[in-house]
This record gives sequence, structure tokens and C-alpha cells, in this order.
Amino acid sequence: MSATPDLPLSPLDETAVHAARDAAVAAFGAARDLDELKVARLAHTGDKSPLALANREIGQIEPAQRGLAGRTVGQARAAVVAALEARTVELEAERDARMLDTEAVDVTLQVQRGQRGARHPLELISEQVADVFVAMGWEIAEGPEVEAEWFNFDALNFGPDHPARQMQDTFFVEGDAGLVMRTHTSPVQARTLLERDLPVYIACPGKVFRTDALDATHTPVFHQVEGLAVDKGLTMAHLKGTLDYFARAMFGPEARTRLRPSFFPFTEPSAEMDLWFPQKKGGPGWIEWGGCGMVNPNVLRACGIDPDEYTGFAFGMGLERTLMLRHGIADMHDIVEGDARFSLQFQGVI
Amino acid sequence: MPRVPMDWLGDHVELPADLTVAQLAEDLVRVGIEDEEIHGAAVTGPLVVGRVLEIVDEPQKNGKTIRWCQVDVGAHNADDGAPRGIVCGAHNFAVGDLVVVALPGTVLPGPFEITARKTYGHVSDGMICSVRELGIGEDHAGILVLSTLGLEAEPGADAKALLGVGDAVLEVNITPDRGYCFSMRGLAREYALSTGAAFTDRGLPRSEADTRPAGGGFGVELEDASPIEGNAGCDRFVAQVVRGVDASAASPAWLRRRLEQAGMRAISLAVDVTNYVMLDLGQPLHAYDLATLSAPIVVRRARPGEKLVTLDDVERSLDPEDLLITDGAGGRAERVLGLAGVMGGAETEVSSTTTDVLLEGAHFDPVSIARTSRRHKLSSEASKRFERGADPRLQRVAVQRAAEMLVELGGGTIDESVTDVDETRPAAPVRFDLAHPARLVGVPYTPEQVIETLESLGAEVSAPDADGLVDVTAPSWRPDLTSGVDLVEEVARLRGYEQIDSLVPTAPAGRGLTLAQRARRRIATALTEDGFVEVLSYPFVSPSAHDALELPDDDARRRAVRLANPLADTHPELRTNLLVTLLETARRNVGRGLGDLALFETGLVTRPAAGAPAAPRLPLGELPSDTDLAALHAAVPAQPRRLAGVLVGHREPAGWAGPGRAVDHTDAIGAVLRVANALGVEVEVAADEHAPWHPGRCARISLADGTLVGHAGELHPRVLPGLELPARTCAFEIDVDVLLAAVPADALQAVPVSSFPLAKEDFAFIVDATVTAASLRGAVAEAAGELAEDVREFDVFTGPQVGEGKKSIALAVRLRAADRTLTAEEVGEVRARIVAAASERLGAVLR
Repeated sequence: MSATPDLPLSPLDETAVHAARDAAVAAFGAARDLDELKVARLAHTGDKSPLALANREIGQIEPAQRGLAGRTVGQARAAVVAALEARTVELEAERDARMLDTEAVDVTLQVQRGQRGARHPLELISEQVADVFVAMGWEIAEGPEVEAEWFNFDALNFGPDHPARQMQDTFFVEGDAGLVMRTHTSPVQARTLLERDLPVYIACPGKVFRTDALDATHTPVFHQVEGLAVDKGLTMAHLKGTLDYFARAMFGPEARTRLRPSFFPFTEPSAEMDLWFPQKKGGPGWIEWGGCGMVNPNVLRACGIDPDEYTGFAFGMGLERTLMLRHGIADMHDIVEGDARFSLQFQGVI
Repeated sequence: MPRVPMDWLGDHVELPADLTVAQLAEDLVRVGIEDEEIHGAAVTGPLVVGRVLEIVDEPQKNGKTIRWCQVDVGAHNADDGAPRGIVCGAHNFAVGDLVVVALPGTVLPGPFEITARKTYGHVSDGMICSVRELGIGEDHAGILVLSTLGLEAEPGADAKALLGVGDAVLEVNITPDRGYCFSMRGLAREYALSTGAAFTDRGLPRSEADTRPAGGGFGVELEDASPIEGNAGCDRFVAQVVRGVDASAASPAWLRRRLEQAGMRAISLAVDVTNYVMLDLGQPLHAYDLATLSAPIVVRRARPGEKLVTLDDVERSLDPEDLLITDGAGGRAERVLGLAGVMGGAETEVSSTTTDVLLEGAHFDPVSIARTSRRHKLSSEASKRFERGADPRLQRVAVQRAAEMLVELGGGTIDESVTDVDETRPAAPVRFDLAHPARLVGVPYTPEQVIETLESLGAEVSAPDADGLVDVTAPSWRPDLTSGVDLVEEVARLRGYEQIDSLVPTAPAGRGLTLAQRARRRIATALTEDGFVEVLSYPFVSPSAHDALELPDDDARRRAVRLANPLADTHPELRTNLLVTLLETARRNVGRGLGDLALFETGLVTRPAAGAPAAPRLPLGELPSDTDLAALHAAVPAQPRRLAGVLVGHREPAGWAGPGRAVDHTDAIGAVLRVANALGVEVEVAADEHAPWHPGRCARISLADGTLVGHAGELHPRVLPGLELPARTCAFEIDVDVLLAAVPADALQAVPVSSFPLAKEDFAFIVDATVTAASLRGAVAEAAGELAEDVREFDVFTGPQVGEGKKSIALAVRLRAADRTLTAEEVGEVRARIVAAASERLGAVLR
């Protein structure tokens, strides 16, 4: 019953048509990749393929049987096309899967790109301190590091012969220019009071200088933050409240401060400020954090302010100390030597 | 700072029997006397008294003779009661002497732990101690024989208590306003104020001898040709003669012990007594050998050119402001005996042959003493007390106490006559509002509480007037209480700072950070995100650092502020630029093996103007005139804020993915452009030659108006080896203030984004090698006009194909119109304009 290769299939030879269909479907199934499928496709669906030739024969068939022939061949060709499509999808999926498989890489190899840098933690903490005070409505003031002695001492009620002036371990500028490297950020108090309108609420983070040789806990160049508020009706309770707020902002909700009587020429009453530090080595306890007090009337007078009308408070603390306490830094050398590894470990988080 | 031996303090105030040093520290800190240190017991363990029973001298091969001693240490003897055998090298003791024995387990100062050890053929079961080993003196005479100190005890008794070496001693830190706390009397008063303990003021006259009328004593005259700020240098001088004293007598053990516990060495009876009374009451005293004095004593200022050899054997040239004690040897007030209140001279010192002593107890002007002490860099126990303000009513009592002690310990008699030149003036009372403490401290003290507190510290308070005002007369030992706030502080501290509430004040609404402060944060963020690590370096610079950078001799960066007292003499200057210190920081990093680095620093540099005026000296507590303020500001050198960066090694590290990318000048220039961009400031880049940069790889960065912002590029290959930095290190330094001043103040007005199609045109121009990319890019952009969306160099090369002295620059130009699609004709016209402009202006030839 099978047709000779030379002769087209008879569209009416249902067995032959089905055999051609099955041969095509089998060929597609046997194709192992898209290239083999393409060969099979040309062989079984091309112009010279048995079913194409059979299709062409339909016109020659007597009209009464043409419908049957058309149906027989049409159904066979449709089945072939469907099989081809299905196999194509299969093989394409296989090809894609193979490609993705060969393209796989070890994503755990280190990323070889320039890394992000880092801020110095002292600068980060200065900015955080500034943000704490800005959040209270205070402003951030600044001043020069080489300063007139008048601003550093005299305006702050340090007389030229006052023992406290000698205690400050001052770097003096050569000659008689009357200049020093500021020993504290407090000269910014006087500059601020002379420049700004009252009331004044300012904080000033900045570098200060003392003639201390570098060791594990001292550095000749260090950072302080100064706070100054001058307004009507300010009392030591406002000072205490501000310090407590600041301590909580820097050290968490458990933090609090304690005042101890002390002496500074530019404040009266004066106090040392201790911080309650739960992480203190050897158990929770108080540690010295800074100095503070009510602005001495002589300072207000030197800035042209009537101390009977206005009162104020001021405080200052070391940022290195704050940083060392918060982050368990044992040796000042790490902070000041400029080793990139020190800054990098903070990753921008403080 | 003063040390507070507890049993000494107990002479002035009642102390609880179980008071610990830690508790004492806590009680004192509450009233503002901070603990500086607790000095642990000098000796711990079984340090006992021993009686030498037997001595066998045993000559050794090395020529030394050691002593094998049997020592009775009482209860510490062996179980069978046998004495301890101890080897000793010294010979200054005899059988029967009482000595101090450190038994095994004792820890002597050092620390030096005593164990039983085998030596010279014996087991030495302890050590016989010398004064030095016990840490109670520098006496090299050898073994301490207790009888030489006048001490007696039973063998086996605790020698620590006997010698006072077993007690921990508190050292306190006294603030400069509390001179009176440099004494047991003052500290005891503060302890009493803190705890309510019963206090006895031993500075008050105790007997008729303390108050007997002065007169007829040794002649003393007070002169002051040039008082400082109107205050006489000396306003009280008490002199008392004690005759027939045995100045060679040893100070008794208790006196030596107390001095040593207080941190002073015992020296001789007269000196020890004066020091003791000073430590006890706070009044510095001086003892003269009367036989060497020639009346009268005159207190006067120094004359120009005068010299004095002080007790520390230093010859000092005196200043006309120095206050002197002189006598009549060689003429009235001719011989200088000492720097008043600071240090005596050698000639009239008490010696072991002295029999008659003159005791001086004076009161000097704190400012005068402070200046002399500072001028001669000479700080003494006396000057410390005088410059903080001594009690002007204490001199008679202190001198009398010292005289009595001298007689008691060295024999002799006190002259009936006593000299007391007293020109002191009582302190003016302070007019004080009883409501002031509550107003300033925020605690509602009642007027009764305020009065009670002031009286408790020794002040006299008048009855309040109708307005609640009183007159407060401070006690003589509190010269620091001169104004209302001083009294407020006393009320606040004595009633306790813990009473103060915690209230956050309400500041008026603030303006937040300033534009410049916010901009500076953006700069740091931009660089950090670009891989730069922020560091901080010290501003101290050696002048030779500028040579290392090969700065020209006339470079403005060489004009630096110099410190009078630098930490290191090699680094006396303040930096005038950041690179000089940042490169040193980079070197340290490289030295620690960090090969790929990008560092930056922001900070102030100091740029003094030549011939800047000195700052005026202005009075305290007064608003300066506008002229004076302007002069103050003018004296402060300019301190611009700079930003510098340095790049070393690779920008993209080498590794598995490739060879990475070495840093080059574009990284430095790019960092500056990134910073300018972060601030919204347009800057221009031009070639420049500027040390320490490579002359062919240095960019000048400027504002559009030409103002210099800074420099960036590769560093000069010649300076890098000296800086110990690798070849090709790149750097930049810019003036942040210049950039900040150029930050646009007005809000940027946005340009609508065109959605019309893009036209891309590429050009390859051949130009002279001297033509810069910037000038070509500028010409092209200008010719393209507002249609130019972007002009970018995409290829640059030189070589035979472009010819000698020429280079090829290829540019990609992106054209787009805001309102239409560009036609081929329009694009062609723009192209022609670009080619023509490049040709006309720069001689560029399209390839």
C-alpha cells in the first residue's frame, strides 16, 4: 500500500498520509537540537515533503472526494505543525537552559571595584552633635583656631595673672601679636555674643590645642563641643536639662548627668559634669565628661550684655572622650594618626 | 596638689573612726574638691620592728664583709621562738639596736617583694631596711636604727603604723579660686561643710601669746615704688625671733612622717617646722639665720640689673616688678635675701650651726607673686599658696605656732617682742540680694537658708533690708568671694548641686545648619562615596617640609605663623596648606602597607599677612570699643578652610577580574569636579605649573570669573621619593571658602526636558599639539549653540598619521532641539558651523 518515492502520495490514501504524518512527528521527536529539527522540518514540511506533495494533489481529485482528501491531508499537516512547534519550544528551552548553565559564575568572588571611602568618626560625631542641638532649635557657630588672647582668655574673665590662665597649657604664637592657639572652643562664646542678637542658643564643635604630648589618653590637638545659651530667666536647671538631653542623645535613654562644684573663670557657679556610663569598665559608674556653669557676669559685660537682664549657661566636653567612651577606643593614637583602616571600620555609622 | 593624711586632717575636724580614704574622697568631691589620686600604702605585708641579737661578720671573696644577724621579731619569730637569721650588707647598727625588718611577704616601694632567699651561704629570712628602701627618705647612711628617730617599740610590733608607711593617702585637686584648701585647715573646713562634722579653726588665736601687742622686734619696712594695679606687693609682715635653738636636732618621727605623707621630704628642723605649719594652716613661712641678718628687713621691688642666687643654686636676673626681701648688709636694703613669697636665697639660710632663728610670715599680692613665679619659671609651695590668695589674718598665729614648735623640738626661747607690720585692708562687703541664688540656680532657697549657708562658711551677713538685700563680708581666707555670683555659687554648692532640677530650655525656632555647613557635609559625602577616606592630621609643620615640596623661595605658603612653645622644636610652624601634613599621613599609611589609598582632609590653614598688627591688650570685663574690636579681628590671621586629597596606587584594585586601574591625574581633577558639582558650582580646568605638582600634569581649578579654587593633578616625580610616596601619586588641594562663596544663593530654575529625537555627530580634528581639549570643546560647543546637548572627547592620539607637532582629537556631539525634530539640513548646517569655527579659531582640520 505504500507509495513509491517517486510518486506523490494519494491524498485519499489515508494509511499513507498517516504514515507520512507519523514519520514527521517521529523525526521531530528524534531531533536532538534545533539544527537537527531544522533538517527534519525541511524534510517533513518543505515543499518537497510527502504531505506538501499530497496537498498539491488534492486539486486533481474528483470533486466528490476532494472534501475527504482535504480533510485527511489537512489534519495530518496540522498535526505535523503542532508537533514541530512543540518540539521547537522544547528544544529552545533546552538550549536556553544549557546556555544559562554554561554562563553561571561564582558570584562569591570578591567584587573588584573601587570601594566606598569613609568619614573620620570624629567628624561624624561632630555632625551628630550638631544635629542634636539643631533639633532643639540651637544654631552651630564657628571660630578661628589661631585666636586673639583676648577672645581665648580676657573676654572669658581669665585675667592676665590668673592661675587658670597658666593651667591651660597654651600654645603661644611667637612674637607679641597677642595670639594663641585656642585652648578651648569657649572664645566662640564671646565672638557669638558680640555678633549675634539675643537670645542666643549656639553649639560649637571644633578643634582645640594644648601643649600635651600625644599618649594613649592625651593629644595636643583635640575636639570639643561648646554650648552657650543666653536668654532672660535661664537657670542652672536649664543647664542640667540641656546636659541630660544631650547625654541621652549621645549615650541612649539610660544616660544622665551629675554636676559637681568646680571652677572656671568664665562661669559662676561652675561645675564638672559627670556622665552615668553603664558600660564603664569594672561596672557602671560616673565618668568625667566636661565642664559647665552659669555664664560669669564679667563675660556678659565684656560682650556688652547687661547681666541683670540676661543670664546664660555654657558647657564644653571633649569629643575624643565621647568617641572613646562610646566605641571602646583604648588608645588615642588610633584617632589621631590618620590610618585609613581606623576610619574605614566605622563605615559611616556612628 | 595637696595630699590629705587622714590623721592630720583629724587634728582640725572630727572624723568618723571608720572613715575610709574612698569615703573621704567622696565627701570632699561633693563640695568641689576633686580627688586627683589615691596613693596606695607605700608598704604592705609584715613590716615589723626587730631587735638585733647577734651579729657575725663574714668576709667574702669579693672583698665585702656581710653580716649574718639574728633578729628578734617577737611574735614573728620561728615557731620554737628562735630569732630570724638575716643577711645584711650594711654595718651602721649594733647588737641591741631596734631596726625595721621586712619579713617574707612584705612589699616595699618599687614594688619590691621580699622573699626568703639563699645568699652568701645562708637562708636570709627577711631584710633589715634602710630609710631609702622604706621610701621615707634619701638617707644613704644605711640601716634605719629606730632610736635615731626617737622611736621605741617592742620587737614584733607593726612598723608600718610606726613609720606611717601603711596608710593610703588621698591627693586632691584644688581649683585656682580655693587657695585656702592648700592646707589641712582649709580642707578640714570643707569636709565639715560637706558632712556637718565638728570643725575647730586652728588658725584662730589660741592663747595670749598669739595676740600679744607687737613692737620692739626685728626691724621690718615695707616699700613699694611700683605697685601692680595699685596693690602693694606686701601688706603684712610678721617677724619673730627664736633664740638658742638647736638647729641640728633631728625632726621627730611623727613630724617626718606627716611631711612625707603630705608629699614633702624632711630636711632640717627649722625647714620642717615651717613646712609643717604651712601645710597645716596654709601660711607659707620662712626661717632665717638671725646671725646672718642685718636689720632692717626691707621688702621692695627689684632694681634694674639686680641678681640673686636662689636656694636651687640658680642665678637669676631680677625684673623691676619682682618683689624682694632685702636686709641692711652693705647698706639699707642693699642685700637681696630672696624673691618674696617664691624662694629664699642661700646666704641667710638656716644651717646646722644656727642658734637664733628669725621666722617670717608675710602676706603678698597674688598678682605680684604669680608674675614673678611665671617670669622665673619658679613654682614653690609658697608661691602656689600666695598666688591663689592667702589668708591675711593668719600670719601671727602661724609664726607663733612655728616658734613654739621650734622651741619644743629644738629648745631655746621665743623673744617677747614680735614685729607685725600690718597694712592690710579689710575686704569690702558685697551687697547681695538674698533672692539671687534662687534666680540663678533655679532652686527655691529661702532667705534663711541662704543666710545660714553663707554664715556656715565663715561670712558675716548683715540683717536684710526691706528689699531682701544684705551686706556679706567674706571671711579672711576667702579673698575669691568678691561679687554676688561668687556667693550664689557658695550657696548652690554647699546646699548641693543634686537639688537642681533638669529642665530643657525652649530655644526660639532656629534656622538649622547654615548653607556653608550643609555644603561642607555634601563635600565630605561626595568624596566618601567616591572612595576617599577622611583623616585628620596635626597642623604642626617643619619649615623644611616646604623644601621637600620644592616650593619656590618666595611662595606665599612659606610665610607661616610660628609657635613660641611648639611641642617639638623641629615643628614650630602652623600649616599654610593641608597637603604638607596630609602627605605625611599618606606616607604613614603607605608605610603600614596600605598600597591603594585615597585620603582626604578638611581643615583650617593659617595664612598670616605680612606686617599684621598685634592684638591690643584690653581691660577685663569691659565691652571693647569698635576700634579695639576691629583691631582684635585684624590681628587674627586669615584661616581659610581647605580641602585636600591624595591618591596612591590603584583606583580600581588589580585582581581576578583584571589588572585594575592605577590612579592618574584625572582622579584628582575628577574629585575636585565632583566636589564642585556637589555644590552646584561651575569650575574651569586649565593647565598650570605649581609646586608640588608635575609641571605637565597640573590643573588649575578656577571659578568662571577666574578666581583660583585650587590645584589638582599628579605630584612632581622629584618630590615623591623624599616624601616616601610611590611614583605617580596624585593630589589636590582647594579652598573650600572660595567654592562656598560661589554656591548659587538662588534656587536653580529647571529647564524642561526635550522629548524630540537626538542627532549624533562625530568629528575628528587634527590640531597643533598645543591646542587644549578644553579650547576645542569650547569652540565646538559655542558653534553648536543651544542645540548642543553634550560635547565629549572620545579619542585622542598623536603619531605619524597626524604628523609632527600635531594631535588628533575626536569629539562626539549630541544635538537636540527643545521644540522640534532636527532636519538633516539643520544638522548639516550645525556640522558646517562647528568645522568652520574649529578651523578659524584653532586651526583645526577635520580628518
